[in-house]
Amino acid sequence: MPDLIEIGKSVVGRAEAGEEIEAYVVWERETSIRVYQAAVESLTSAESAGIGIRVISGNRVGVSYAGTLERAEIERALAEARDNARFASEDPHSGIARPDGVAAPALDLWRGDILTTPTERKIDLALELERAVKAKDSRIRSLNSSNYGDVSVEGAVVNSAGIASYTQQTYCWLWAYALAGTEDETQTGYGMHASRDVAGLDLAFAANEAAEKATRMLGATKPASGLFTVVLEPDIASSLLSIVASTLSAEAVQKGRSIFAGRLGEQVASPLVTLIDDPGDPRFFSASPYDDEGIASRRNVLFEAGKLKGYLYDSYTARKDGTASTGSAIRGGIAGSTTPGPRATMAMPGNSSPEQILAEAGDCYLIQSISGIHSGVNPISGDFSVGAEGIRVRNGELAEPVKEFTISSNLQKMLLDVRSVGNDLTFRPGGTAGLTLAIGNVNVSGT
Amino acid sequence: MTLLDGTLVQKVLKLALARGGDFAEIFVEEKATFSASLEDSLVEELASGTSRGAGIRVRFGDTTGFAHTADLSEAGLNRAIEAASALARGGKGRAAEIAVTPRLFVPLPHEKAVPGSVGKDRKIDLLRRLDAAGRGQGATIRQVNAGYSDSLRRFLVANSDGVFVEEEQVRTRLSISCIALGDTGMQTGYETAAMTMGFELFDEIDVDELAARAANRAIQKLSARPTPSGPMPVVLAGQGGGVLFHEACGHGLEADHILKDSSVYAGRVGERVASPLVTLVDDGTVANQWGTYSHDDEGNPAARNVLIENGVLSDYMWDSTQGSRERRGSSGNGRRQSYAHLPMVRMTNTYLMPGEQSPEEIIADTERGIYVAKLGGGQVNTATGDFVFGMTEAYLIENGQITAPLRDANLIGNGPEVLANIDAVADDFAIIPGTCGKDGQSVPVGCGQPTVRITQVTVGGTAGA
Repeated sequence: MPDLIEIGKSVVGRAEAGEEIEAYVVWERETSIRVYQAAVESLTSAESAGIGIRVISGNRVGVSYAGTLERAEIERALAEARDNARFASEDPHSGIARPDGVAAPALDLWRGDILTTPTERKIDLALELERAVKAKDSRIRSLNSSNYGDVSVEGAVVNSAGIASYTQQTYCWLWAYALAGTEDETQTGYGMHASRDVAGLDLAFAANEAAEKATRMLGATKPASGLFTVVLEPDIASSLLSIVASTLSAEAVQKGRSIFAGRLGEQVASPLVTLIDDPGDPRFFSASPYDDEGIASRRNVLFEAGKLKGYLYDSYTARKDGTASTGSAIRGGIAGSTTPGPRATMAMPGNSSPEQILAEAGDCYLIQSISGIHSGVNPISGDFSVGAEGIRVRNGELAEPVKEFTISSNLQKMLLDVRSVGNDLTFRPGGTAGLTLAIGNVNVSGT
Repeated sequence: MTLLDGTLVQKVLKLALARGGDFAEIFVEEKATFSASLEDSLVEELASGTSRGAGIRVRFGDTTGFAHTADLSEAGLNRAIEAASALARGGKGRAAEIAVTPRLFVPLPHEKAVPGSVGKDRKIDLLRRLDAAGRGQGATIRQVNAGYSDSLRRFLVANSDGVFVEEEQVRTRLSISCIALGDTGMQTGYETAAMTMGFELFDEIDVDELAARAANRAIQKLSARPTPSGPMPVVLAGQGGGVLFHEACGHGLEADHILKDSSVYAGRVGERVASPLVTLVDDGTVANQWGTYSHDDEGNPAARNVLIENGVLSDYMWDSTQGSRERRGSSGNGRRQSYAHLPMVRMTNTYLMPGEQSPEEIIADTERGIYVAKLGGGQVNTATGDFVFGMTEAYLIENGQITAPLRDANLIGNGPEVLANIDAVADDFAIIPGTCGKDGQSVPVGCGQPTVRITQVTVGGTAGA
């Protein structure tokens, strides 16, 4: 494998007087196995590499990328980035990140067994998962697919201001998509489990989840409309909190696209809600010692007992507000530029178990899946309306399954209406963390 | 210039089947992209780049081995072949030479303006024009975001069945989003123009008008009132709702979902699955539309496929993998995001055929309901047909008249039920561009429909019914 830092240095070393250069270099290996009806449907294995280059010259930014680390292509990308900069408007805040003296957390995120485990063993895991889901419940008709995937990524951010950061992570997962029911009715359920190493994969967890989510929805009907408390399962709470955290991006705030703009110090959520973004916490699958501009990861408190404490900054938005980067730069791949945003968001766990929360709520809906969250939440007005599936709860006990209804409210109102926060913090594939969350006064719209 | 030497292509295919296997394919792709964005009347960033690589696929029985590489040297390709054919070990090798016959290469008609031949300044001028035109619609417009992008994608695909196809695709896209500020807060209006053609796109579309539409949509919504909730009649405007048929019906007609019995339409060819007013077509040949191409990413020619005719299910969409399982051919719907992705069954331009009523008649005939001028993103479960869509521009219909604008809310329903509940189809028609995501792969598609009325869909607003 090439030395990513060296490649980065060879590019930024070319900076001319009055020019700043940043190079983002990645190298990735992946395996993806899909199994269907006891046979391998597809096996993908690949290595890929690339570089993203950002040039700032005369306060103008230009960006380019190459999907390879060949010398000639890197040269071409550097020339393109320089040319692109000529056409951008001048922006006095533009620039690359500066070293801030904060030490990066020492994180051990690389496990060699992802690369050394034989492919046959990985195939066996996917086959075993399919069998396990089917064995769970006779009402499981089939699986759309049962999958094993892994990825090992190495990356470097090097810039002409002296930043040279290197990160490496491994990550693997099992997931299954189950279909339950007879010809007349189909219900579906996803189950997954992720781990840093193959040895840590919990196959039974993923199998249980897929089987339970698919079968417990059998016989679901459309519920009556009304105003209810909804209890969000951890995955759903995590989706909601991710949306909240994304509106705390300094970019959204500065551009007036956030309901939280200009409200630092205000009580914006129930005192039960303490929300943090902590990409240095290795329990997150998105953990990394550095952000995508090479700034050290740190723990950022967003809400403390419901009070708005801060926003998430990359170096550009920080310069605009006269403050420091919070190590929150995110890049959508080599072709993208950075924006600030949440990297590892979680709510601090409360004291109640999910059962206690249901018992306290009494008459409510337990929500197991939502759809349309990106079209259904307006980050500016806070309007919230999503499709939902789940279980009707009566007197704290799970009753009949319900589907094809919407839950609607307003993001701001929902945060203030949080009634309880669960003690069941779980870390999920995709770099999220969730816990059970009860929210009052939500509009349930069914029949 | 060809992407890979013909002799090397034949060598690769032969080696890929040396351990056994029924089918081998090499897909070599080069893609150059350019994008620029504007906000606060400033050109924020220009970004461009190139990627190039090959994907190698080896199929034996129902199993596919796949590997991709950015290294197009013989050694790099050999490593990918090794990985792609790893599971074929123990199979019977095929020693015979594989003959490939190049098909006539017909590039898409983009001679006027290949992206690289148009100056970056001309592309940026479009952004400035959108900005000025958007802001010119009124002082309530506080922010304009505009984006331009183009791409030149070239690929070569050859396989052991003798296919050898080269293709060029040029796509150009312009988008604008306007934010209006009023007493009720901020509202957004969005418009996009995107075609499979070069810069000559801007000879055809009126950039100022595009900006005005986006700005006025935002301004209109300033006086929007809370959307009602509950089941009610919905009229989908001719330009605004095609994505619903793509998501809620089209995906369920993709053969991979059918063969896995994870579609509500499995085993129903010849049956009535929709109102007799419904004819649904997927057509990769409509000139210059966003989902158009000459050949799909497996080298099969694009085609016009009728999926539902007068309410009766006539066929599904197929790629070569699903087609071979059923011993039939592909319908030209095998697509992939890039060389680094396996092809699968995908839609092209999917549309509902127009009917005979005028849109005005349909509205006048609706006592109370929702008029949806534009749908936003959505999500569907193909196994159940259940869907959710955001409405980004909607109005109340009262006594046959379009009245108050409504705030953003979701529509929730079921694809087959919607198709059955269409009781009016108008004579207007338009295809609009979109991006379809399936299994993590994005491809450009077109969605089209005339104005239609659905007797009942659940609306998830915040006001009572």
